[in-house]
Amino acid sequence: MSGKGIAQKVRDTQVWKSIFRHGPPDNARNRAAVVAGNVFLHLHPIKLKKSGVQLGYTWCMGGLTFFIFLALTVTGLLLMFYYRPTAEYAYNDIIALREHVPLGIMREIHRWGAHAMVITVWIHMFRVFMTGSYKPPREFNWGVGVILLVLTLLLSFTGYLLPWDQLAIWAITVGSGMAKATPFMGNAGPGAMLARIGDFVMVSDKNDVRFQLLGGRFVGEPALLRFYILHCVFIPLVVGVLIAVHFWRVRKDGGISAPL
Amino acid sequence: MLRELINKLSDPIISFPMMTFAFYLMLKHYKTVGTKKFAYWTIAILIPVIVWFLADPNFFSIIKTPDNIPIIILLVLVGFFTWFWLYKAALNDTRIEEGLCPIEATPEEREKVWVWPNLVYTELFAIIACTAFLIVWAIIFKAPLEESANPTWAPNPAKAPWYFLGLQEMLVYFDPWMAGVVLPGLIVAGLIAVPYIDTNPKGNGYFTFKERKMAISAFLFGWLVLWVYLIIVGVFLRGPNWTFYGPFEYWDFHKVVASFNINLSEIIWIKMLGTGLPKNLVVREIFGIILSLSYIIVIPPWAAKATKAGRKLIQDLGVTRYYIFMFLVLMMTSLPIKMILRWLFSLKYIVALPEWELNL
Ligand code: HEM
Repeated sequence: MSGKGIAQKVRDTQVWKSIFRHGPPDNARNRAAVVAGNVFLHLHPIKLKKSGVQLGYTWCMGGLTFFIFLALTVTGLLLMFYYRPTAEYAYNDIIALREHVPLGIMREIHRWGAHAMVITVWIHMFRVFMTGSYKPPREFNWGVGVILLVLTLLLSFTGYLLPWDQLAIWAITVGSGMAKATPFMGNAGPGAMLARIGDFVMVSDKNDVRFQLLGGRFVGEPALLRFYILHCVFIPLVVGVLIAVHFWRVRKDGGISAPL
Repeated sequence: MLRELINKLSDPIISFPMMTFAFYLMLKHYKTVGTKKFAYWTIAILIPVIVWFLADPNFFSIIKTPDNIPIIILLVLVGFFTWFWLYKAALNDTRIEEGLCPIEATPEEREKVWVWPNLVYTELFAIIACTAFLIVWAIIFKAPLEESANPTWAPNPAKAPWYFLGLQEMLVYFDPWMAGVVLPGLIVAGLIAVPYIDTNPKGNGYFTFKERKMAISAFLFGWLVLWVYLIIVGVFLRGPNWTFYGPFEYWDFHKVVASFNINLSEIIWIKMLGTGLPKNLVVREIFGIILSLSYIIVIPPWAAKATKAGRKLIQDLGVTRYYIFMFLVLMMTSLPIKMILRWLFSLKYIVALPEWELNL
């Protein structure tokens, strides 16, 4: 039997037909059905303006950001099997990960992927600005994008602490140190000294924003746990929801921008 | 010799004005920069230069740190896409000058095409290429791991993650409440505000420079010079104690840089008036306070009346948008202004109120 014949046989089986409810995408009707009938592909419209399909226009950077986000979710999930967020175990678990796990490049992919996502999201924003795609009717989606950008940086930042090595705690010490200078809300920020009643200091290093962020006055075990939960659960969930909003709005705002 | 010269030129005192000037030239001559010929020449010149840089052991030892690889990738991508934008914009602008529509608006480009197979296959290709790239990167460079966390011993320099190093670099010129809180907050707020401030309907959905000069220049200056360039400084040119080191310089812990920075109040009361600092805090800092406030409060209305660009801008944007835009731009330019004041007059703070943790 020829190759074509076999392919046709497979297509005719009940199993195949139960999964793919349409024939091969070689005619207009089926091409529409492929995209509309698949939960992943139906993020797309069925037809698009040619300029919106071209790499030269979108630079594919939003799409790659999304893909890297997915890749980070998968590799991060695998890392969670080996990693315990306590001062006692965290560092040793990372060592075990590099020494005892066969073919271990998950940590590498996760780390370099995190850097890559920061880069692609920046370039995506650069592209969106350069094509003026924030202009009406896409103002709101640009705003959603800016929040996604901030959350991407925070995802990366919270993950930076988890290896619990010197690089990690001191980078987070420098970064989170800024919080204590927050006007009115940080103990070394302007205005904090106004919040005093007699000798009683209302904003101190035991209750200011930095303390809330770290769960302590320095980067210690409570900070590790907080960053772990923010990194593995809270921020990814929010990013996931916002990406859904972002994609929905790309569609509802008329698809990829094009000259009016 | 040449290396020493490059070390000297890299110092932000010189490299920052050079970058700003290069930025200006790039936009002024964007149609020349945005040609393939320019790109080929740049690459042809850059390759031997890069090889020569890499041959230097001090430079190489900084570059090869695995955590610095992303910055190299960032630089390559930013360089390429900036050129690519200029290229596209130059093509469209030339067409528009000839009375044609931008390329994206031609009937051929407006034609609708099937997502399957056109887009789906592009995406598949991008995903495979990206996966392959990440895997190769992961195999070549092991994720680093330093010694176990030790809260009692701080490494020197202690650097934030690279994407925040632009902010850390601002700490040289501003106190943490500005560099770490107010300015980053304004960057985020300002970005969200962009679509509501920029009322220019042109340039929506196609590449152009000519039709949106103001918006693009302001954004690009912030992105290329104040963000990307400062990250480069923070990553590659700041060593122990956040001291400046040229790209070919060994990070010697004993390099001492004399700094005698001085506050505006000291310059005025002590040096110029010779009376010594007044006891009253507000009186002591009054000049700096007036100067800072007038920077924000006086310049916008003055520009709206006295300058041609300002008059046009307030007419185009309306009053509210104009003042918000001016506020954001002035906050952005406060950084280069503070830099220049530091370099020219060793000025530390314009307003120095450490008693209130309020230094500007
Ligand atoms: C996690 C981060 C983000 C993801 C996954 C993401 C994803 C995407 C994707 C897949 C598209 C479709 C077109 C394209 O690929 O360029 C898109 C479009 C868009 N994005 Fe994002 N994005 C993110 C962050 C941002 C940021 C930071 C901004 C801007 C500040 C932004 C603003 C927009 C706008 C305005 C569009 C519509 C563009 C057009 O119609 O031409 N997004 N985004």
